[in-house]
Amino acid sequence: MSVNTLSIDGKMVTGTTGETVFDVAWNNGVRIPRLCHVGGVSDVGACRLCLVEVEGQSRLVASCRTAVQEGMVVRTDTPRLQAHRRLIVELLFAERNHVCAVCVQNGNCELQDLAASLGVDHVRLRYRYPKLPVDTSHERFGIDHNRCVLCTRCIRVCDEVEGAHTWDLRGRGTHALLIADFGDPWGQSESCTSCGKCVQVCPTGALFTKGKSVAEMQKDRRFLKYIVTAREKHEWIR
Amino acid sequence: MPSENAARAPADAPARAAKDNREKFLERAMSRHNYSGDALIEVLHTAQELYGHLTPELLRTIAAKLRLPPSHVLGVATFYHFFSLEPKGEHSFIVCLGTACYVKGALGLLATLERRCAKAGSTSPDGRVSVDSARCIGACGLAPAIIRNGEIVGRLSAAQLDAELDGIGVP
Ligand code: SF4
Ligand code: SF4
Ligand code: FES
Repeated sequence: MSVNTLSIDGKMVTGTTGETVFDVAWNNGVRIPRLCHVGGVSDVGACRLCLVEVEGQSRLVASCRTAVQEGMVVRTDTPRLQAHRRLIVELLFAERNHVCAVCVQNGNCELQDLAASLGVDHVRLRYRYPKLPVDTSHERFGIDHNRCVLCTRCIRVCDEVEGAHTWDLRGRGTHALLIADFGDPWGQSESCTSCGKCVQVCPTGALFTKGKSVAEMQKDRRFLKYIVTAREKHEWIR
Repeated sequence: MPSENAARAPADAPARAAKDNREKFLERAMSRHNYSGDALIEVLHTAQELYGHLTPELLRTIAAKLRLPPSHVLGVATFYHFFSLEPKGEHSFIVCLGTACYVKGALGLLATLERRCAKAGSTSPDGRVSVDSARCIGACGLAPAIIRNGEIVGRLSAAQLDAELDGIGVP
């Protein structure tokens, strides 16, 4: 594996071939905002929050889907990027019904944290207020589509780590909706093992454990690191 | 022996004979691809051509035979506009919403169809009329244009459309 030297926000850093700009940045203390990325599963570039500028390229690139290259000059926090990120977060809020005051995830929500850290204190766009279902047919968990940001973390963790591939997306654009199996109620899914991994990786209050009331939901993702380290390095360390 | 033609154009074949063979044709399409999951789109294509639309049973069969996760199969079937999960109506109206048609009042035509028949992307409850919209269909000179049962009809006014619908007995 060859080592590449690059500059991220003026800092000289190194990354091995195949590593993403995103991972190298985080390993070096540069915390690029993200929403669809979750360590331990593949990256798909769904949210575009990790956009960065690369010198010599006019287009912005998603750092979680961009491999490091020797001599790259990357900037992660320019006014232009900040403006784009704010708009992305506003679009996410406007797209569905994120009513934090009545959400189980209030106070522990990655979307909320993102908005706060990017300085999104109001939404300039008109809200769409779509009518979306809440499925509480599973005996232990529920899904509230009103809070789903379509990051597909749940799909990937269920497919890549649990191996069940219960979830997927149906439709596209504004019609996209998370589905279990053939769009059945989650509780009737034949593939779901009820392991709860999807619930723990969901960044918002879309996937939740039943019996939690407003602001009570906390997510714990330590299991991911444990499983992935065990699988890849054969080290079972907590 | 059914001809290869019957597989491609079951609508033209005598209805009963075609029906009996559809399962066989679908099976053959899957086996031609060695039941590989990579052939999902081709297989869905064949299924849709044979049956007109993709029923839950078809999706179930295809997922099982190609050994694919159910949600993935439904995901692909709903991603592409070409696939339909609902039976198409006897009559189909597709309203072009390209810029030229839009400017010439395509929304009014769509509103008429939606009011009298069904929302875009669906079929009236009695199964008579399917309504849909499309991006530019390349008939800008005929704006506003619709596609009625596969044929382009141009320069259509809302009143003419109403008369057409009266003509086919839409209440
Ligand atoms: S509980 Fe486990 S198996 Fe069920 S959908 Fe979630 S990740 Fe998949
Ligand atoms: S349910 Fe949660 S994890 Fe799954 S796509 Fe929606 S927001 Fe992402
Ligand atoms: S974190 Fe890179 S696109 Fe979402």
